[in-house]
Amino acid sequence: MWSFPRTLSFRGGVHPQPRKQTTRNLAIEPLPLPRRLYLPVQQHIGAPARPLVAAGDRVLKGQVVAAGDGAVSAAVHASTSGQVLAIEPHPAPHPSGLPLLTLVIAPDGADRWVDLPEPDHALSLSREEIARRVAAAGVVGMGGATFPAAVKLNLGTRHAIDTLILNGSECEPYLSCDDRLMREHPGEIIDGARILRQALGAERTLIVVEDNKPEALAALRERLYVADAIQAVAVPTRYPMGSERHIIRAVTGREIPAGQLGADVGVMVHNVATARAVHRAVRHHQPLVSRIVTVGGGAVARPANLEVPLGARVQDLLDHCGGASMAPARLLMGGPMMGQVIPHARVPVVKGSNGVIALTAAETRSADPGPCIRCGRCVAACPSGLTPLEMASRIRAGDLDGAAERGLADCVACGACAYVCPAHLPLVQYFQHARGALADRREQGQHQERIRRLAQRRRERQEAEARAKAEAAAQRKAERAARRQRKTAGKEHETEA
Amino acid sequence: MYAAIPVLTLLGLALGYALGMAGRYLKVEEDPITGEIEALLPGTNCGQCGLPGCVAAAQALARGEAPVTLCPPGGRELARQLAEKLNVQADLSAMEADAGPVFAHIDPERCNGCTRCFKVCPTDAIVGASRQMHAVFPEACNGCGQCVAVCPLQGITLKPPAPSLQGWRWPLPETH
Repeated sequence: MWSFPRTLSFRGGVHPQPRKQTTRNLAIEPLPLPRRLYLPVQQHIGAPARPLVAAGDRVLKGQVVAAGDGAVSAAVHASTSGQVLAIEPHPAPHPSGLPLLTLVIAPDGADRWVDLPEPDHALSLSREEIARRVAAAGVVGMGGATFPAAVKLNLGTRHAIDTLILNGSECEPYLSCDDRLMREHPGEIIDGARILRQALGAERTLIVVEDNKPEALAALRERLYVADAIQAVAVPTRYPMGSERHIIRAVTGREIPAGQLGADVGVMVHNVATARAVHRAVRHHQPLVSRIVTVGGGAVARPANLEVPLGARVQDLLDHCGGASMAPARLLMGGPMMGQVIPHARVPVVKGSNGVIALTAAETRSADPGPCIRCGRCVAACPSGLTPLEMASRIRAGDLDGAAERGLADCVACGACAYVCPAHLPLVQYFQHARGALADRREQGQHQERIRRLAQRRRERQEAEARAKAEAAAQRKAERAARRQRKTAGKEHETEA
Repeated sequence: MYAAIPVLTLLGLALGYALGMAGRYLKVEEDPITGEIEALLPGTNCGQCGLPGCVAAAQALARGEAPVTLCPPGGRELARQLAEKLNVQADLSAMEADAGPVFAHIDPERCNGCTRCFKVCPTDAIVGASRQMHAVFPEACNGCGQCVAVCPLQGITLKPPAPSLQGWRWPLPETH
């Protein structure tokens, strides 16, 4: 029997207050259909999807309205039946509030599904067929990373995967959507695990849950057979357990080398909500049209766990939850550690939105940042073994290369360093800024390279054209000369005669 | 006549050998750094640096007569690379003001399809045909501005790219 490593943990990390008590015992309730649905064509990492419908078209629930475009992309489906009102830019759930091409759908209230094939036996399917159905359903990583799940499955065919981990750790404070999912639909998650295991050919499958969710663990264990060879594993509660690198380190003891992926060490991690979406996609041919969202935070009158049709706006969720009891000081999509600050509530819930958190002023950090005193708490807290204070001081001085040398690329932006910083420095923002600036620099370099190549080609082409012209001219000249010679020769002949 | 053949052959061989030797020993050394710099520059010969083309700019840079920030289309990234190559401290403060790359944009209201702009474009970034509207591929445009100068209708402007989610970056936190 295979045994766990002694310590199911990783270095560093923090213990933020979980603050899950308000929502963890609330059953999932469906959100009533809002008046409008806003479906951005990009709800995933990769290339935006290409719209397949036009304004005015009638669509059915589950109909593809935008197809994946390119190697890394995901399809978007109508989350209810109705009419497409417009395809136009709308604010995206992103700190910048910049617009993204969005399909606006007016629901007709019937919520009528498109014709779906009969459910079939999923465990005899080939891995290609499973990946194909997952791609057709537009499933992406639902823990927040939103990487297209089918692309990840195909990654598994290039690497030998021996361990599949289903991530139910839910280490972010406030959030309880995965907890509720595991308690209410353990069978669907386990079936998703079986399908994923079938696609990957993994020998062992683990559903990993933090030990502050005993009910979820019990619900899963009740549904698991010994013969399944799927285990539900409890890990200690420590942030960021939900990070792919750290959950792999904690459960298998394997360390992912810098710049590589879990697949490189033979492990693949999927969120439990992704597993459920895979179950629906492969067994029932149902595309991803809804997700479970925790609505929480001190500024929400009635916190809840909602099953939300994709494209409902944050405002619809807040209204359903009794509105904001007070003006929220900060609105977050996702958890408070890694979630995105959103500028207003008129942005839609997308595939990766696991929470909508409206924080009161008392819940947000109020102190202004002070100077770094080099106490080193961030170094102790960093789960990736980096030196955040050193990286931040270099970035402040504009030395991006210095920050990169200190492992900026290995930062998972978990925010543990900023959480413990007694000077309240926005460390993660420094790192995000530096990454953006380095990406800009890389892109500029590639652009310059392309420009050089194009200029070179043009020069070569112009030279070739000039050469061809000169040759043609020379040939014409030679022909003319030959003609003249023949003529004069003829004349001479005549005179001689 | 027969005497001339060996004499001329010998003469030719001797002179050829002398020339070959002279070519080897009296070779004028070109600073190899010039070539390396030239490889870094865009090669579009747009003249925005005030020098006649990228080769001249590379020579001026190698002699230390031009600042590394001379090339506007290359932007900050090129200045950084040049500073690294020449091992000098780049004073990027002069470039701080410029908001980043710019691309040519053809005003569809004004373009009459005269084809002048795409004939001068050093990177073939403009597509069009006679009496057809022209358009610019931003990914191939270096913002050199040669098309702006030749447009008879003043229909081309250099614009920074429109703000997009992909291009959005976190700002540096404000320091105290």
